Amino acid sequence: MYELVEKSEVFNVHEMVIDAPEIAHSIEAGQFVIVMGSENSERIPLTVSDWNTDTGTITLYVLETGMSTLELARMKVGDSLYAVTGPLGSPSEIRDYGTVVLGGGCYGIGAIYPIAKACREAGNKVISIIEARYSFMFYHEKELHAACDQVLYATSDGSKGKKGKVEDVITEMLEKGVKIDQAFFIGCTQMLERCSEATRPYNIPTKVALNSIMLDGTGMCGACRVSVGGETKFACVDGPEFDGHKVDWKELDQRKSAYTEQETVVYQSYSHGGEVPKVGSA
Amino acid sequence: MELTAKERMAIERHGMAEQPPDLRNRNFEEVPYGYTPEEAVAEAQRCLSCKKMPCVSGCPVEVPIPEFIALVAEKKFAEAARVIKTKNVLPAVCGRVCPQETQCEGVCVRGKKDIKEAVAVGNLERFVADYERENNLAEVPEIKNKNGLKVAVIGSGPSGLTVAGDLIKLGYEVTIYEAFHRGGGVLVYGIPEFRLPKKIVESEISALEDLGVKIYYNSVIGRLHKVDDLFNVLGFNAVYIGVGAGLPIFLNIPGNNFNGVFSANEYLTRSNLMKSYLFPQYRTPMIIGKKVAVLGGGNVAMDSARTAIRLGAEKVTIVYRRAREQMPARAAEAHHAEEEKIEFRLLSSPVEIFGNDEGWVTGMKCQRYELGEPDESGRQRPVPIEDSFFEFDCDQVLVSIGGEANPLITKTTPDMKTNKWGYIETDDWGRTSKKLVYAGGDIVTGAATVISAMGAGRMAAKAIHEDLMKESDETVTPDWW
Ligand SMILES: Cc1cc2nc3c(=O)[nH]c(=O)nc-3n(C[C@H](O)[C@H](O)[C@H](O)COP(=O)(O)OP(=O)(O)OC[C@H]3O[C@@H](n4cnc5c(N)ncnc54)[C@H](O)[C@@H]3O)c2cc1C
Ligand SMILES: Cc1cc2nc3c(=O)[nH]c(=O)nc-3n(C[C@H](O)[C@H](O)[C@H](O)COP(=O)(O)OP(=O)(O)OC[C@H]3O[C@@H](n4cnc5c(N)ncnc54)[C@H](O)[C@@H]3O)c2cc1C
Ligand code: SF4
Ligand code: SF4
Ligand code: FES
Repeated sequence: MYELVEKSEVFNVHEMVIDAPEIAHSIEAGQFVIVMGSENSERIPLTVSDWNTDTGTITLYVLETGMSTLELARMKVGDSLYAVTGPLGSPSEIRDYGTVVLGGGCYGIGAIYPIAKACREAGNKVISIIEARYSFMFYHEKELHAACDQVLYATSDGSKGKKGKVEDVITEMLEKGVKIDQAFFIGCTQMLERCSEATRPYNIPTKVALNSIMLDGTGMCGACRVSVGGETKFACVDGPEFDGHKVDWKELDQRKSAYTEQETVVYQSYSHGGEVPKVGSA
Repeated sequence: MELTAKERMAIERHGMAEQPPDLRNRNFEEVPYGYTPEEAVAEAQRCLSCKKMPCVSGCPVEVPIPEFIALVAEKKFAEAARVIKTKNVLPAVCGRVCPQETQCEGVCVRGKKDIKEAVAVGNLERFVADYERENNLAEVPEIKNKNGLKVAVIGSGPSGLTVAGDLIKLGYEVTIYEAFHRGGGVLVYGIPEFRLPKKIVESEISALEDLGVKIYYNSVIGRLHKVDDLFNVLGFNAVYIGVGAGLPIFLNIPGNNFNGVFSANEYLTRSNLMKSYLFPQYRTPMIIGKKVAVLGGGNVAMDSARTAIRLGAEKVTIVYRRAREQMPARAAEAHHAEEEKIEFRLLSSPVEIFGNDEGWVTGMKCQRYELGEPDESGRQRPVPIEDSFFEFDCDQVLVSIGGEANPLITKTTPDMKTNKWGYIETDDWGRTSKKLVYAGGDIVTGAATVISAMGAGRMAAKAIHEDLMKESDETVTPDWW
């Protein structure tokens, strides 16, 4: 079970196609899985970006940021992951909104794809905006084009599409008077916050997929709690999508950095080929 | 050699040898070492084999206590284990974690004057179960012919494991779905290694697998399959829900979301299930608090506090709203916590958690309480004393004040009745309002005990068997039933 059947890499995003037939049958757009590469691994949440009920596989896009994602990145086709749990989280709310804009950065480029597909099937006009530092960092583009009415680009160096970020493209659209009925954003916290600020003045309903630290993913531990509109929510069951105009971004950012010190030490020694240092007690 | 009652009365209770407090507070190994066979025999000789057997009625599953203890006195340890297992399939666990002082030992005639003089039923139960396991003496029960009926069990905590064990022996095909990557429920993610070594739970689970129970890990029912799909798509004939309570409560006070504030569930899961005390060989990180405040007075609070000490905290303070005598924790745990120099701030409750600009906890403000009139439970109600606030510094807060019902399954099974707190409603046999769906353990009663969860599992197994057999003509009741 959970065999890695296909793998490819674009810059430091790793496409992992994993054998998980039951999940492939029950997953819906916006849901995620929690994976453990090995028996000793941390449990980390990853969005399911595509799935195929015929082959019984799910596709994840993993951005290497630390030890756990590095461990996954080092796995080879034929290896099996120790655990893949899901689907988790509430599915995206898919309706006929009218015009839907989806913004994705880093792993979000892959993660917006199933929402794009589902929104289109529900009758929406779907526009995706994806961002990267350089043009060669984009991936999954062909599929995204097929699923959307329009795909727009933003790059930091201007090598493809608009020079800037997703929010710059949105702001330009809104200034031009393009009518947007619903926005979804997936990516790092800073990007989610900036994009939410861009849609706020125009009162555009905005959903953001939050990526707080998680442990069980079933509502049992509260590790993933976030403040939305002054209320504490558990991102793994109440979310991961929330109203971007109500999220307490500062708190989310602080909570996400809780383990940075420990994680950095381990990642640095491990990624340079060193053995994992023994610092544990007992 | 038969002892007279007087001779039995003259024997004093045998405690178990333990790791000394200043050694054990730095490791995760089990605290009491357990009896030697000689100690077990001597302790067993203290039992008076009372005709009325009050101890048996004190045990929620009615373990035949004098009968097994008499076998211990005759050094027939494996037979003793077999006698216990007719009623309790996890004696190695219960011997360690049952609140004996309020159950079997609480009503032992020898403990009438002083509970510390009761026959050490729990210690003896633990001894015979360990003896059986360590010497591979467990009998593999004979499994009747398969009856072709399939039962799904959701959750591998003590109640789910009991249902699975009972039904597989009756010839059912049993499949357990477990959300985590390991089985055992609270026994593996909640109760720490130093109180319940994980190898005990593992060996119980592999014994079930040897009997043919299938366990699917990483399977969150309600998401992966809905309860209805278990019947309609996967072809199960009955479903048992034993998913535990599993939703943490945070106090409704400012500062809950600062870094360093954990639910006990998170803190203990990181440490136990994910073994973050072995970070970074095990990759799940943990924040090591220096001054740790633990909120609550139950087993969960004691486990959190004692874990914090072992992880390297300099000072651990338990903050509890009521008095010492009212703490719901097992007596042994509170006692061990005191020995490990954990401080108790009783009759106090937090009103605010403080933090710094980076979002980390720095301290807390509490209010003092005094005991007032008794409440419905008969315990004196704690009432806040006006203007009696005090503050202290801490860099970690572990919230162990209880939980609520996890709605993942109940929300996706709308035709099954729940009560106003979200727990599943059942009859005395674990039947829910939905046909052929049964439930038991913490998801029915709210946070309770291992033995009551197992008792509920046994009742439900009987109900499942009875109901499914009604539909077929063959009714068989084996002698262990
Ligand atoms: C619901 C949900 C869905 C997610 N989906 C995906 C996905 O599809 N693909 C994917 O690659 N990741 C996804 N993430 C994020 C992913 O879980 C984390 O990147 C991962 O846990 C990091 O683990 P690590 O040990 O490799 O890095 P860590 O060592 O834990 O982190 C290294 C550093 O990166 C920072 N960091 C952590 N997460 C992120 C992030 N998301 N973006 C930027 N910096 C971060 C940390 O603060 C830390 O400083 C998702 C998160 C959630 C909650
Ligand atoms: C820290 C701690 C210490 C304790 N100490 C003691 C003690 O000393 N003595 C004592 O008697 N009791 C103690 N208890 C209480 C006791 O552990 C519980 O009452 C008992 O475990 C309840 O058993 P259960 O089978 O109902 O559920 P649990 O043990 O909670 O097991 C439920 C299982 O179901 C799984 N699950 C949940 N949702 C799903 C889903 N949707 N799909 C699939 N699987 C799911 C969970 O992952 C878990 O494995 C303690 C509890 C805690 C938390
Ligand atoms: S199961 Fe628990 S209450 Fe019953 S006899 Fe054993 S230790 Fe006592
Ligand atoms: S009450 Fe005590 S002394 Fe009497 S039979 Fe039970 S354990 Fe033995
Ligand atoms: S990850 Fe544990 S409650 Fe959300």
